[in-house]
Amino acid sequence: MNKRLPLGLGFVLLVLPCSLLVAFTHYPAVKAIINSLWNNASSRRPSRFVGLENYEAMIADDKLMQVLTNSGLYALGTIPAAIFLSVSMALLVNSRFPGTGLMRLSFFLPTMLPLVAVANIWLFFYAPGIGLASQMMNAVGLPTINFLGSTETSLASMMVVAVWKEAGLFMIFYLAALQGVPENLKDAARLEGAGPVRVFFDVIFPLLRPTTIFVAVNALINAFRLIDHIIVMTKGGPDNSSALLLFYIYEVTFRQRDFAYGATLTVLMVALLGALAAFQFWVLDRKTHYQ
Amino acid sequence: MTALAFVLAGVWGLPFLYSVWTAFHDEKYSANFRWDAPISFENFVQAWNAAPFALYFANTFILIAIVIVANFILCTLVAYAFVRYRFRWAGFLFALIMVQLLISPEILIVENYLTLSRIGMTDTILGIALPYLNSAFGIFLLRQTFMSVPKSLDEAAQLEGAGAWRVLWNVYVPLAKPVYLAYGLVSISFHWNNFLWPLIVTNSPEVRPVTVGLSVFATVESGVEWSLVNAATLMTTAPLIIAFLIFQRQFVVNFMRAGIK
Repeated sequence: MNKRLPLGLGFVLLVLPCSLLVAFTHYPAVKAIINSLWNNASSRRPSRFVGLENYEAMIADDKLMQVLTNSGLYALGTIPAAIFLSVSMALLVNSRFPGTGLMRLSFFLPTMLPLVAVANIWLFFYAPGIGLASQMMNAVGLPTINFLGSTETSLASMMVVAVWKEAGLFMIFYLAALQGVPENLKDAARLEGAGPVRVFFDVIFPLLRPTTIFVAVNALINAFRLIDHIIVMTKGGPDNSSALLLFYIYEVTFRQRDFAYGATLTVLMVALLGALAAFQFWVLDRKTHYQ
Repeated sequence: MTALAFVLAGVWGLPFLYSVWTAFHDEKYSANFRWDAPISFENFVQAWNAAPFALYFANTFILIAIVIVANFILCTLVAYAFVRYRFRWAGFLFALIMVQLLISPEILIVENYLTLSRIGMTDTILGIALPYLNSAFGIFLLRQTFMSVPKSLDEAAQLEGAGAWRVLWNVYVPLAKPVYLAYGLVSISFHWNNFLWPLIVTNSPEVRPVTVGLSVFATVESGVEWSLVNAATLMTTAPLIIAFLIFQRQFVVNFMRAGIK
């Protein structure tokens, strides 16, 4: 049985360090709720309690609806793609091919680069005319696409960048999990006459389920949290076709200086993340711990 | 299968290799591949002289140093309290701390900026660091590690007359060394990469970290050549890439350790 925590020691061990955490996590979350009920102060009059007016404006905001659709598509696009590619990479790197060291380097390198640097690299890659993407398309006789400048391709182009950046990290988690898959299970399946594809889907992938959930949750959080590439590459455009929720919060608050609406959108963001966490906790987590 | 593996690895490497090619050649070769094109370091020299990158690097180093030292101390204290002592609401308090894993400071930029400007710390390096000084992730990792420390070691130290601080310093911290290393590496890479919050908080070059400095320099609309942008991009990431090439194995192992929950 542990000792009781003396008051003085508790102050040093818990209260002081945690007050920093509370000041920049819990306090701002609560403050956002409060500020979302007030309007912006102007030079002529101080801010005033407006009740749910900001939320009414939010519901009527067409641009927000587009941003939420974009965010949903972005999450639905990047999460499965990142899982599929990182599992494939882990299987390839884990095999006994020659040159797996070089492969691992190629897959993992983007993870080490700051997202801003990744954005610059891809900005150049996508650049019409000079970029490698359009040069390759010209070489095979396809017309040049302005990947970032057209409303049909801008969001998908951002997804490619995000997956390129994060798949290598997820590969590492799958590599670790693959090493924990017992050889005798695979041998048993092979003795039963299962081919490599069946062995993977019936034996290996189910055992990787905890990793898959971990990776999916991380990819989901990244989809909400990371917008560096959007700031650098498209600024949400053209016509908001690549704007995500956090980017919209950034734009509303720090470009249009509408802090009240920024707070309202922050509340929406926290609520969304909370709902997703609850879903993950109540629905997915139950099935994870069967091992 | 082998062919597929090499195609995927090749395609995956293309954007980076293309950027490397452009950075090391004259502007006129940036969309024009010739094997005999002369390699040139001119772009790096020009980019380095065009913006105060040395200052940006120094700022990033200071920022990372502040965050890591604070993280190591503060996360250790909190984890120690949860593992070694009992107190009311401990479970609830721990859950409350773990909220930060989900609702990270990046998402609360609006209110955190207001807090920072109220205490007059916008446009300072300490201001960039402030929301990250204590970390739920660090507390979680260290608590897991401290829980695996045998109680008998703790009791033996107490029998020799060691107080709470001596026990922490002589028993718990030494046994958690690999975790500090793993967490330190993850933390360095996270804060080297961090962009949005420093972008919002900083205005002047004197406090800008490398990522923000790069984005200010590399706006192509301002007429900077692609070869310079690519050189600057590689230059600002070079320390991480070199460190990775040297410590590849440790990096991979430690990222794995930090990720497994």
